[in-house]
Amino acid sequence: MTATLSATGQARRPAAAVLRTEIRLFLREPGALFWVMVFPTVLLTVLGLIPSFREDQEDLGGRSVIDLYVPVAVLLAMIMAGLQAMPPVLTAYRERGILRRMSTTPVRPSALLTAQIVLHGAASLCSAALVLAVGRGAFGVRLPGQIPGYALSLVLAVACVLALGATVCALSRTSRIATAVGSVAYLVMMFTAGVWVPVQTMPGLLRRIVECTPLGAASQALDQAARGDWPGWSHLAVVVVWTAVLGAASTRLFRWE
Amino acid sequence: MPIIEVNALRKSYGGRLVVDEVGFGVEEGEIFGILGPNGAGKTTTVECVEGLRVPDSGTVRVAGLDPVADRHRVTRLLGAQLQESELQPKLTVREALELYSAFYPEPADWRRLAERLGLDTHLTRRFAKLSGGQKQRLSIALALIGNPRVVVLDELTTGLDPRARRDTWRLIEEVRASGVTVLLVTHFMEEAQRLCDRVAVIDKGRVVALDTPAGLIGRSSGSTVISFTPSEPLQDTGALARLPGAVSVSVDERDGRVTVHGDDDTADAVISLLAARRVTARHLRVLETTLDDAFLDLTEQDA
Repeated sequence: MTATLSATGQARRPAAAVLRTEIRLFLREPGALFWVMVFPTVLLTVLGLIPSFREDQEDLGGRSVIDLYVPVAVLLAMIMAGLQAMPPVLTAYRERGILRRMSTTPVRPSALLTAQIVLHGAASLCSAALVLAVGRGAFGVRLPGQIPGYALSLVLAVACVLALGATVCALSRTSRIATAVGSVAYLVMMFTAGVWVPVQTMPGLLRRIVECTPLGAASQALDQAARGDWPGWSHLAVVVVWTAVLGAASTRLFRWE
Repeated sequence: MPIIEVNALRKSYGGRLVVDEVGFGVEEGEIFGILGPNGAGKTTTVECVEGLRVPDSGTVRVAGLDPVADRHRVTRLLGAQLQESELQPKLTVREALELYSAFYPEPADWRRLAERLGLDTHLTRRFAKLSGGQKQRLSIALALIGNPRVVVLDELTTGLDPRARRDTWRLIEEVRASGVTVLLVTHFMEEAQRLCDRVAVIDKGRVVALDTPAGLIGRSSGSTVISFTPSEPLQDTGALARLPGAVSVSVDERDGRVTVHGDDDTADAVISLLAARRVTARHLRVLETTLDDAFLDLTEQDA
């Protein structure tokens, strides 16, 4: 009994130490902290300060622009974490031989990747919580009506964006390429998440195309859950399929050195 | 039984054979050097020992374990310092030491290690702000932090100033004195000569010699070098060349300094000859050739 306990304790200690270290290092990056943790809320606040955006509108189904922008800001936090912040860090770890260095120790370098993924996932969920809190507190946006459905959509969306970020790392040989590829993917993702035009207000054909992308589908799922409905299974399925494909691709293609 | 055994190791990259039938054994408690010119296959060889690379053929054993198949057990008893490996730029020295301590079941006391390596005054400094020498010392500390039985050091003192280099050598001697086996990759002859019990010289992927540093030096012909400036020009250098054991004689045209390669007998004979001719040998030097000469001798043969 004691032996089993100490054995698992032993296995967990290094992973916890790696995660703790990576969190510390993340907190030392003011740029990443701003874009991931603060910017989505700032964007929501700026839009919320425009009076007409707070008014309910007939053609939005009786909701205001700011209502539609809460899920957008939530998705933006994930995009910032998964596509802007994470890929350059991971590729730099490979370039600088940090992963190699770690593979000479009893801890596998995958512990470092796991820590990075957990860290960025957690950071984007914290940022999402901040967006929801400010939306509710400052602009009276109703909290999601269907909370389990909203939480499920959030978790699936985070997983999908992180899988996409991991794929960017796997495909990029250097951290500079990762930054460039990440930026292109980031613009596409911002568009499909509805940063410029909320997915719900896109014209028919465009919306149907966007709904096939991971963030377009996630945006619809979040919006439905926010309105109090269970998110559509087809939207959730799109996110899950993308996550599975990207996850498999990144694991197969990732180069350790 | 040797603690590190490498047998008929072969490894090629993209069709280019980098390590070709390399074999050697390292005894427990030994400092074993791997010496060779750049690109000779030294690093690839030790990377196979560290389990970072999978050999194409041949076997590698560390304490009887296969570094690839028994990776988890090997990493607990082998510490490695890699060439050109960095840490997270904003990680402090202290955080790095604490982090790597957490990786091992019975780590060394990182505070003592930091003290021994002169890092105790830089504990709060970030990796990116460390000097080359400090980075190198931190890298050595991390190699030793798991209390390893074997430590592999690749280009240990590259980038260190002469004083830091000597301090590091003393540290390695201490490490060995505590019973740790050291596998040292270097291209500094002085380092190999000072530290190593035995040296394998690798050239173009093959072991071209394996001996003690003294043995390697003794092997090269003309291992004693006698040089002097004669008080008057020597008419006939042929007489010197015919002395017992003499291998070569050369005269520097600028200052008339004469250099004779031979052995101990040659040295005696040179002195007698000069005395007989009433020539004074100014600035007389009798030197052993260094490992440098032996190394050039060994690696030039097939060049």
